[in-house]
Amino acid sequence: MTRFILTRLALLVPVLLGVTIIVFVVMWLVPGDPATSILGTFATPENLAKVRSELGLNEAMPVRYAIWLTGVLHGDLGQSYILHRPVLDELLDRLVPTLLLAGASLALCSVVGILLGIVAAIRQNAWPDRVITLVVLLGVSTPSFWLGMLLILWFAVRFAWLPAGGMQDMFGPGGPGEIARHLILPTLALAAVPAAVLVRLTRTAMLEVMRQDYVRTARAKGLREGRVILRHAFLNALVNVVPIIGIEAGYVLGGAVYIESVFQWPGIGRMLVNAISTRDIILVQGGVLIVAAAYVVINLLTDIAQGVLDPRIRNA
Amino acid sequence: MSGAQGIAVPLAPTPASRPSSAGVWRRFMRSGMAVAGAGLLLVVVALVLAAPFLPLSDPDRTDILHRMARPLTTGHLLGTDELGRDLLSRVIWGTRLSLLVGVVAATLSSLIGSALGVVAAYYGRAVDTLVMRGVDMLMAFPYLLLALAIVAALGPSLGHAMLAIIIVNVPFFARAVRGATVSLRQSDFIAAARLMGQSNLRIIATELLPNVLPVVVVTASTSVGWMILETAGLSFLGLGAQPPVADLGGMLGSARNLINVAPHVAAVPGLAILLIAIGVNLVGDGVRDALDPRLRAGGLARISAVTEVAPDRPMPAQPPSDALLSVRSLRTEFRSGGQVWRAVNDVSFEVRAGEAVGLVGESGSGKTVTALSIAGLVASPPGRIAGGSIRFKGQELIGAPLAALQDIRGNRVAYMFQDPLTTLNPLLTIGQQISETVRRHQGLGPRAAMAQAVTLLEQVGITDPAQRARSFPHELSGGQRQRVGAAIALANSPDLIVADEPTTALDVTTQARVLALMNEQRHRLGAALVFISHDMGVIAELCDRVHVMYAGSIVESGRVADVLSRPAHPYTIRLLACVPRPGQARREVEPIPGLPPATNALPPGCAFAPRCDLAIAACSAGAIPMVAVGQEHAARCVRTRDALQEAAA
Ligand code: SF4
Repeated sequence: MTRFILTRLALLVPVLLGVTIIVFVVMWLVPGDPATSILGTFATPENLAKVRSELGLNEAMPVRYAIWLTGVLHGDLGQSYILHRPVLDELLDRLVPTLLLAGASLALCSVVGILLGIVAAIRQNAWPDRVITLVVLLGVSTPSFWLGMLLILWFAVRFAWLPAGGMQDMFGPGGPGEIARHLILPTLALAAVPAAVLVRLTRTAMLEVMRQDYVRTARAKGLREGRVILRHAFLNALVNVVPIIGIEAGYVLGGAVYIESVFQWPGIGRMLVNAISTRDIILVQGGVLIVAAAYVVINLLTDIAQGVLDPRIRNA
Repeated sequence: MSGAQGIAVPLAPTPASRPSSAGVWRRFMRSGMAVAGAGLLLVVVALVLAAPFLPLSDPDRTDILHRMARPLTTGHLLGTDELGRDLLSRVIWGTRLSLLVGVVAATLSSLIGSALGVVAAYYGRAVDTLVMRGVDMLMAFPYLLLALAIVAALGPSLGHAMLAIIIVNVPFFARAVRGATVSLRQSDFIAAARLMGQSNLRIIATELLPNVLPVVVVTASTSVGWMILETAGLSFLGLGAQPPVADLGGMLGSARNLINVAPHVAAVPGLAILLIAIGVNLVGDGVRDALDPRLRAGGLARISAVTEVAPDRPMPAQPPSDALLSVRSLRTEFRSGGQVWRAVNDVSFEVRAGEAVGLVGESGSGKTVTALSIAGLVASPPGRIAGGSIRFKGQELIGAPLAALQDIRGNRVAYMFQDPLTTLNPLLTIGQQISETVRRHQGLGPRAAMAQAVTLLEQVGITDPAQRARSFPHELSGGQRQRVGAAIALANSPDLIVADEPTTALDVTTQARVLALMNEQRHRLGAALVFISHDMGVIAELCDRVHVMYAGSIVESGRVADVLSRPAHPYTIRLLACVPRPGQARREVEPIPGLPPATNALPPGCAFAPRCDLAIAACSAGAIPMVAVGQEHAARCVRTRDALQEAAA
């Protein structure tokens, strides 16, 4: 097991390097002079020159990448010229709310998605399966940002049960209760689509596994259906479902951009949208990098979870 | 398919066969949901195509006096937005734009992605590595975030948003198409095309592309919905379509702040996106299901805990005997696609306490299905027991309540299956898999049950059993795995062990050892045995009596010694010719020419007639009864009767 985890950790290095390359390349797709777009058209020539030398804009691409990567490895993600503060500080302030929202949504969609998927599989073609299939169809067809608006309309405006957003400071007065109240609606909005996807895939995985010979063996031993389904079928289905949870983490982290905007959630997603509209390229670059890194780490965790479940994977 | 149960139900045709377009169309049309989705989309498309000719007001004309008018206001069917623009007009034009962007994005990303995938797979090596590493890198990103980053760099505009969506979707197509192409690349027809000196481009265009097309279509049809939603999302954030032009996402974005005062401004474009996405998803699912070979083969139906039993099944005429197991007129069939395969067709036999009975025949003869029918383990759907009676210790098993069957399974009637690599659960240790049956039937606690599992492992000849109990199936050799299978079967000292070709996958030496061990343990417990094999030699070593099966029927029964020395049915004679004699390699044995008939189209009379050297007209005239040829020895052949009469005359 230790060896398995170490191998996975080692494999992380090239993936993370790849991520930095993509972030770097994409950000320098910016048309025109980057220094001008960072500082705006009214920047003084001195400031422009300063930025150019800071970012190594006079150097060749690979050299610039090397300079930037060295900075990143030392925790220096550059300076936001709009907010006048280091990018890393800004990101750290906003990372916790985003991880909280994404984590809550991922947990919710996994639990709901897997449970409903199992129910749909073992009640295949009976009414629970049909109802679930219909709900799933609605789930994958509803844009999350519209769902967020609907939730606000009903639960915040009409019934006034929950706040419509406006969470400003995670660590302000009110404590965890206040955070939880603000968290409910955005979590629901963000979890709906991935939950629907997980229901589908869990259902299919369960139906596939239920046809396997070892399920027949379990039945031939006289085990009760509950045990056959949970211990023999579900455990094997889970091996195929866990990587999907990893993929859905990507959806959740990306979708957080919409949901944070709809619910005024003080996370990286909303920061990114603001930064894009103010053309704060350096801040966007840092934000994208840190979220992508979080995604890579989550996928590492699902890889490891798969290894824990399946001895063939961890011994391979 | 996993070939669950090794039943010879011919399902899909050859795996490489291309789905016929007529068949795909039929399957698509059979799904009511998919047709409904297609209808919905057609209406939407017709509406947006007709937009310029409809009596709509200018979608961009503002009218501050009539801003945020409710739906059903005169002149504004769906009301107006915050600038007094007509929502009906805006939603139709917006839908037009959203659909256009979605279709263009899907087309371009599927073209680019498929091209990359085909090239990577076809050229392999460095090209493959290069392309796929790039794909991996892109896929290491949350794709919405990547799209956002691209738009951030290029600047907000609908064109850039579309470009971003295309780029982030290319990897999905590349990966799917590469996977499909790699499996084709080694296939015969590609090799043939190469040998014929066709150019690479030509092979790709004429041989590969048509074959990977279903994969492209499935990926496209399932992702076009996402692409529409994603582009809408970017516009929603103000990064896509720029005012005053609005796609559906843009309309939602500007309605965001009106949610308290005029919720209908958001409801209109929201519902439009929902309807389009539902239509696209329904059609996508329909296309996928119609093209998926697995679903083509009858679907992923859930297999129930016990074989279905026909409620109006005929009861056997003969009363059951008081043997340990009495099978009378058993009929088990498979139903699929309007066809019925009569896998077991009126089979009767019995097993006395402590006795070993062999069922022998080629694959597809119904011997496995007969064995599985005993404890209701035939997969259903598609299997079902259509008639007969199975009595075990006087208790009728056909139609017995599941709970009663579960008390017997693994306890009084235990099974040992072929190929323990697929019949053992890969995720549980063998100790867990043995002890769970002990716990189930003996009510022991986990520790005591595990201790017993270790003892059982020792009894079946596993060295270092305590250590081995913690191993997983894949860590054992084939012979060891089969011993584990034996341990599971023996765990609760059953009265009857049903062993389905338990040693076929093993080499001859290991096979002999496992068989000897199984027999020894069986005798120790005094358990009866039903042993299924295609190998008369193995049956001869183990069994007291044997039933030869052909095309779902027993064609000869008798004591093993009698059947071996005086086989009465031509099929048995041919089968015995397949048994290698000492000093003769197995491969030199002459197989029986021809194939057994498919049990969905059994000929009248003797099913062996097409392959039988002795066949005469009478063989195909009608049902042939079992004819006694000696004591406890009978055969189902008209010529046997002739032979007897000749002998008598
Ligand atoms: S009945 Fe006729 S065809 Fe069938 S085995 Fe006997 S001789 Fe051959």
